Amino acid sequence: MALKIVKGSIDRMFDKNLQDLVRGIRNHKEDEAKYISTCIDEIKQELKQDNIAVKANAVCKLTYLQMLGYDVSWAAFNIVEVMSSSKFTYKRIGYLAASQCFHESTDVIMLTTNQIRKDLSSPNQYDTGVALTGLSCFVTPDLARDLANDIMTLMSHTKPYIRKKAVLIMYKVFLKYPESLRPAFPRLKEKLEDPDPGVQSAAVNVICELARRNPKNYLSLAPLFFKLMTSSTNNWVLIKIIKLFGALTPLEPRLGKKLIEPLTNLIHSTSAMSLLYECVNTVIAVLISLSSGMPNHSASIQLCVQKLRILIEDSDQNLKYLGLLAMSKILKTHPKSVQSHKDLILQCLDDKDESIRLRALDLLYGMVSKKNLMEIVKKLMLHVDKAEGTTYRDELLTKIIDICSQSNYQYITNFEWYISILVELTRLEGTRHGHLIASQMLDVAIRVRAIRVFAVAQMATLLDNAHLLTGNMQRMGICEVLYAAAWICGEFSEHLENPMQTLEAMLRPKVATLPGHIQAVYVQNAAKLFATVLKNQEGNTDSTAAQETSQLMIDRLPLFVQSANLEVQERASCILQLVKYIQKLQQKDVEVAEEVCALFAGELNPVAPKAQKKVPVPEGLDLDAWINEPPSESESEDEQPKAIFAKEEPKHSRPRHTEVDEKELARRREARKQEQANNPFYIKASPSSQKAYQEAPGVEHIPVVQIDLSVPLKVPGLPMSDQYVKLEEERRQKERADKKKKEKKKRKEKRSGRGRKHDSGPESEEDITPAHMVDIVTEEMPENALPSDDDDKDPNDPHKALDIDLDKPLADSEKLPVRAHRAAEAPKSPAEDGEAENAASQEPKKKSSKEKREKKKDKDRDRKKSKEEKKKKKHKHEEKGEDLLGGQADEPVVQSEETNEVAALPTSTSAEVSDLDFWLSNAPVPSNTQEAATVAEAAPVPEAASGTAPDSEPEEPKDTEMEETKSSKHKKKKQKKEKEEKEKKKKKKHHHHHHHSDGGGEESVQNGTVEEEEPLPPMSNYCLLAENSYIKMMMEDADEVYDIQGNLQDGSQVVVSVIFENKCDSFLKSMEFNVLDSLNSKLQRPEGSGPHDGLTVPFQLPPGVSNEARFVFTVQSIVMPQKLKGTLTFIVKNEDSSTHEKLDFKLHFTCTSYLITTPCYSDAFAKLLESGDLKCSSVRLEGVIMPFHHLLARICFHHHFSVVERIDSCASMYSRSIQGHHVCLLVKTSGQTVSIDAKCDEPTLLGNVLDEIKQTFSQC
Amino acid sequence: MIKAILIFNNHGKPRLSKFYEHYNEDTEQQIIRETFHLVSKRDENVCNFLEGGMLIGGSDYKLIYRHYATLYFVFCVDSSESELGILDLIQVKVFVETLDKCFENVCELDLIFHVDKVHNILAEMVMGGMVLETNMNEIITQVDAQNKMEKSEAGIAGAPARAVSAVKNMNLPEMPRNINIGDISIKVPNLPSFK
Repeated sequence: MALKIVKGSIDRMFDKNLQDLVRGIRNHKEDEAKYISTCIDEIKQELKQDNIAVKANAVCKLTYLQMLGYDVSWAAFNIVEVMSSSKFTYKRIGYLAASQCFHESTDVIMLTTNQIRKDLSSPNQYDTGVALTGLSCFVTPDLARDLANDIMTLMSHTKPYIRKKAVLIMYKVFLKYPESLRPAFPRLKEKLEDPDPGVQSAAVNVICELARRNPKNYLSLAPLFFKLMTSSTNNWVLIKIIKLFGALTPLEPRLGKKLIEPLTNLIHSTSAMSLLYECVNTVIAVLISLSSGMPNHSASIQLCVQKLRILIEDSDQNLKYLGLLAMSKILKTHPKSVQSHKDLILQCLDDKDESIRLRALDLLYGMVSKKNLMEIVKKLMLHVDKAEGTTYRDELLTKIIDICSQSNYQYITNFEWYISILVELTRLEGTRHGHLIASQMLDVAIRVRAIRVFAVAQMATLLDNAHLLTGNMQRMGICEVLYAAAWICGEFSEHLENPMQTLEAMLRPKVATLPGHIQAVYVQNAAKLFATVLKNQEGNTDSTAAQETSQLMIDRLPLFVQSANLEVQERASCILQLVKYIQKLQQKDVEVAEEVCALFAGELNPVAPKAQKKVPVPEGLDLDAWINEPPSESESEDEQPKAIFAKEEPKHSRPRHTEVDEKELARRREARKQEQANNPFYIKASPSSQKAYQEAPGVEHIPVVQIDLSVPLKVPGLPMSDQYVKLEEERRQKERADKKKKEKKKRKEKRSGRGRKHDSGPESEEDITPAHMVDIVTEEMPENALPSDDDDKDPNDPHKALDIDLDKPLADSEKLPVRAHRAAEAPKSPAEDGEAENAASQEPKKKSSKEKREKKKDKDRDRKKSKEEKKKKKHKHEEKGEDLLGGQADEPVVQSEETNEVAALPTSTSAEVSDLDFWLSNAPVPSNTQEAATVAEAAPVPEAASGTAPDSEPEEPKDTEMEETKSSKHKKKKQKKEKEEKEKKKKKKHHHHHHHSDGGGEESVQNGTVEEEEPLPPMSNYCLLAENSYIKMMMEDADEVYDIQGNLQDGSQVVVSVIFENKCDSFLKSMEFNVLDSLNSKLQRPEGSGPHDGLTVPFQLPPGVSNEARFVFTVQSIVMPQKLKGTLTFIVKNEDSSTHEKLDFKLHFTCTSYLITTPCYSDAFAKLLESGDLKCSSVRLEGVIMPFHHLLARICFHHHFSVVERIDSCASMYSRSIQGHHVCLLVKTSGQTVSIDAKCDEPTLLGNVLDEIKQTFSQC
Repeated sequence: MIKAILIFNNHGKPRLSKFYEHYNEDTEQQIIRETFHLVSKRDENVCNFLEGGMLIGGSDYKLIYRHYATLYFVFCVDSSESELGILDLIQVKVFVETLDKCFENVCELDLIFHVDKVHNILAEMVMGGMVLETNMNEIITQVDAQNKMEKSEAGIAGAPARAVSAVKNMNLPEMPRNINIGDISIKVPNLPSFK
C-alpha cells in the first residue's frame, strides 16, 4: 500500500508544480502568453486524472494564473472536487482557489453546501477554519441560509480559533441572509464578553460593522461597549469601539456627555497615535452632537484642536494628513476654532504631498469669509498655474468653484471678479470640468441680474476667441464653456455692445468641429442674436444692413443643416427656413423685427434642482393610471408627451447630451412634421428649399485652419481678476472711509456711545457691502414643495435589509433554518409541512388560513388519486422551486407567515429603552472610570424591581410568565420545549419525558393511513441527557463522527453536541462539564490539564436561554456501546446570592454513533459483498406499521446509513464506522414484518448496531 | 471593511491579489494597474494614504500602502477602518513581520514562488475583509500548526517530491539569487515523518 503511494508520488513529482510554473513564466518573458496557454493545456490534462494530488496541484497553479488575470471559472467543478478531499493539504488548496474565483453567479456553488457543512463540523479545527475562511469570500444567500445555523453553533465552539472565525463570518451571513440577524444576535452579543480576546475583538468588529450602517438599532448596547471601553487594553478593539461610539453619539447626545471624560482621559494617557487619533475623532463627533444642546465644551474643543495641531505640525506625513482630515470635521460646527490656524493650513497648501494639499483644500472651504475670499482664491489661482498633473489641478478648480459658490454665493462681494475668475479658469488645459465652469457661468448670469451686462461682454469675448479654447483636441473638456457663452450671449443679447460681431463669431465654419450639443446651442442662439440685430438695424433708415444680416444667416446656416447631429440639423433647418421667409418679407420692406423678437421674448426663471420631484402628488391622483383607455400602439407613438418638453431642453441651465437614439429622433421628427403639416399656424417651408442648400458649395472646400497651441495663451482683451482684487480693495477702503464719516456724523448727532463697532479695528463681516447691488434671484420652487431631500439613499444598499430592531424579543418562529433529513424518494410537501407547523403553534388567529390549508390538503389528496397527479406535483415544485436546493426552502415561508406574530408579541423594548435611559441619565459621571463601569452594571437593578430579572435579556417576559404558577409550569415548559425542538430540528414533535433513557427521541407515526406520498415525520437525534430545576441538557450523540488521521493513529474521535437550557430565572455561569473517563473513552481536554479536570463551557446562560456546546471524545474500541458518567457543575447567580449546583448525567455512546454516513455506489457495494470478508447476521422486526420509505429514512437518520439501491420493498444500505468497518444492510419488508440481513467485518459491532436498530423500531 | 489587499512590485507585477468583493479577472487587472499607477508615482516620504481609484469605489475608499524595497503592500479600506491601525497592521505588528518570520528574511522571490503560502498567512490575519487577528504570535502558531499538518499528511509520499523539487531548484540558473534568501523548499526533508 505504502509502496504504491510512493510509486504514485514518484510519477507525480515530475509534474510541473506551482514553483515550476512560476519559474517557467519568468523564463519565457518574451512569449509569456503562449507559454501560459500551453501550461493551461497541461493543467486541463491533469484535471482529467483521477489522482486527487494531481488535481490539487493543477488547481494550485490555476489560482496563480487567476491572479495574473486568466479566467479560470471553467475549472470550478474541479475546484469543488479538490475542496472535498479529505486531506487538509488539498482541501486548503481547493478552498483558496474557490475564495479567489467563486462568486454569487458561480453555479457549482450550490454543490458545495453539504461539503462545507461537513467541514464546518469536522473535529479538526483547521478543516473548519479553512472552510470558514473560504466561505467568507464566496458566501451566497443560499449558502448563508443553509449554513447559518451550523455557523451559529460554531460560535460557541470550545476552540477560540473556531469561535473567532465563526463570529466574524456571521457578518457576511447577515448581509446575505438578513433574517438570520435577530436569531443570532443574542449569541453575538454574548461573544462581546468572551474570555478569549480574539473572539471578543471579532465580535466587536462585527457589531461595529453592523452598527455603522444602522446605528440606532445598537444604541442599547452602549452600556456594554462603555464597559468594554473602560476595561479593554487591546488598542485594536478600543479603536473599533471608539469609532462605533462616534457613530452612536449623533443619535443620543446624552451618550456623548458620558463619553467625553473617559475619552479625554484616553487622549491624555495613550501613547498610541492611532488610538489618540480615533479618540479625537470621536470627541469631535460628540461635540458636533452636543453643539446644539450644550453651550460650553470649549475646553474639549481646545484640547482637540491643540492635539490636531501637534499632529499637523508633525514631520510624519501620515499624521499631518490625518490631522487635517479631523480638522475638517471640527470645521463644520466650530469654524472659529479652526480659523485661528489658518496660517498652518495655508502652509500645508504648499506641501509637496498631494494628499495633504487636497486635505488642506477641504479645510479652506470652511475658512473663507467675505473678507478673505479674494485673497484665498488668488492664492489658489497661483497654485493652479503651478500645478502639474491634471488631477490635482482639476481638484483645485472644483474647490475654487465650491468655495466661491457655497451657500448661495454668500461670500462673493464682487461678481465681476467672480466672472473673470471663471473666464481665467477656462485657460486650463485638459480639464475635465468644463461643464462645471459652464454651469457656474450660466447660474451667475441668470441669477445675478446686475452682472448680466458684464457677463455678456465677457462671453462675447470668449466666443470671439473660441479658437483658443478649441484649438487643441486635448482641451475638448473646456469647450463646454462655449455652451454657456453662446447661451448667455443669445439670451441676454440686448446687453451686447456689438451683436453683429458676436453673431459672426457664432457662425464661423470652425464651429462645426464642436460637439453636437454645443453646436445646437450655437444655432439656436444665433437666431436670438439675429432677432436682436434685426431690431437694432430696423431702427435705422438703411434697410440693406438688415438684409445683409439675413444673407449672412442664409449663407452660414447650411453648414449646420448638414450636420451629422440631428439636433443641430433640425434646429438649423428650422431657422434657415425662418430666415429665408424673413428675407422675403424684408425685400418687400415689411418690418419684421418685432415679430422675430417675439419668438424669443420672455424671462427665463431659474428653477431649483429637483423642483419637479418635490411637488407632492395630490391625494387621490394616481399618476400611473390611464386617463383615457390606452390607445393603439401607433397612436401612442404619435402623441409622445415628451415631444412637448423636448423643445425646452436648451433652457436647462446645465448642458445635457441628448441621448435619444437616432431612430427615435427620426421618428419624432417625422411625427412632428406631420403635425406641422396639419397645423394651419405653422409656417411651411417651400418644397424646393431642401434642394437649394444641397446645391450650395460643399463645406468641405472651406479651408479650416487648425491652430495648435500647446501653451495656454491669455485670452486677449479679457480683464484679469487681479485687477478686480485691487479695485475691490480700493472700493472697500473708500467705503470704510465713508462709513467713518457717517459714523462720526451719527455720533455727533446722538452721543449714545454704544461702541458696538470698532471703527479702527478690522472690519467685521457685515460691514463689507457688495460692490454692486446684486439681486440674487432665488431659484423657483413650486408651491407646497416638500422640504425633505432624502432621495439620495441607494435602494440597493445591502445594509438596508439589516435595519432590524434587535431589542424586540425573539419570537419562537425566528430561528435559523436547520437541516432536516430528507429521504431521496420522499419529497416533502411544503404545503402540508406548513400546516403541521401551524397546527403545532396553535395560533387561533390563524384559523382561517389553517382552514384554507386544510382544504388545500384535501384537494391535494384528491389530486393524488386522480391521474393528473404528476402534473400537479410539477406545479407544486414550481411554487417552491428552491425546495431542491437545501430542503429548508419552506422555512422563509413559515417565517413570513409568522411575522404578524412577531409584531403582535408584547415587547420588552420599553423596559430596555428605560434601562438605557437610566444608564445615560446617570448624570454625574464618576471621575474613576472603573467606578463608572460598575455603576453601569448595577444600574438596571432598581429598574427591575417590578419582578423581572435584572438582565435585559429579551426572553425575560416569557420566562416570568413561565414561572408564574408551579402547576402549569410543567405543562408550559413542555410546550416550550416542543417549540424549541421544532425549530432546532425542523418541526419535530417530541415526547421528552418518555425518553428519559438515552434512546432516540422520535415520536410515533400519527397518521394511520399509509400513503406512499406521505411526508416524513420530523426526526431529531437530540435526546434528553439530564435535567433539574435549574438546567436541562439535551444531547445529540455523535451526529458528526469523524476520523481524524485514519490509519496513522488508532484513536478516533466522536463529537458530542450538548444543548444547555437555563430553566430558572437566575443567571447560570461558570459551567464546567466533566466526565469520568473510562479506559476506552476519554474526553479530550486542553493540553496541560489533568485527566480529571472539567471543561469550561464557553458561555454563560441568562434566564431562559439555551446554547449549544460541543465536546470531543477519543474512543479506542468502537465495537461495544458504552456509558460514561459525568457531572455538570455551575453557579446559580441571583440578585443577591450565588450558589454552586451540580447535575449528574450519563452519556451513552451507542455503536450507531460510531458510524458515518458514507455514500456508496452499487458496483462498489456488490464488490464488497462478493469479497467474502464480511460476517453475516440478521434480525426480524415485527409489527412495523410505517411506510417503507419512512423506515429507510429512520435507519438513515438515526443510524447513519445511506441507501445504495432501492427496488420496490427491498433496499440495500451502507455505512462505515470511524475505524473503517464496512456495514451493509439488506432491508426487506412484507406486510408488517421487516427483515434485515446484515454483513460487517466486525461481528460484535454488527450485533450491537442491529440491536440498536431493533430498539429504535420497538419504540415506535 | 477591507475591500482588497494587493501586493505588487515596482513594475506593477502582481505578487498577491486578494479581493474581498467580486470583480471579474479583467477588472481585477485594471484595478491593480490603476492602483499601481496611483501609488508608484508618489514620492518616498509622502503620506501613506490616498483616495481610492475610480474602479475601486472612488473616494469613499482609501488606499493605505507601504513600500518596501521592491514591493508595494496596498490595502484598500473603507471609512470603518482606522488608517493608522491598518498601517500598523501592514508593518509594525503584523503582516510584513509575520511574512518575515515565516520566510526568514522575506524578499520578493519568496512571494513570487510561494504565493499560496502568503495567502495562507493572510487568511489567518484578515478574513472576508475583516481583521481577524492582530497578534503576530498567534498567527504564526496557527500557520505553523497547519504546515505541520500538511507535512504529516504528505508523510512518506511527500519526501521524494520534496527532494526532487530541491534538486530542481538547485539546477536552476536563477538559484544564485535564491541562495541567500534560504529557499524554504530546500530545508524541507522532514525527518519526523520517516519514523
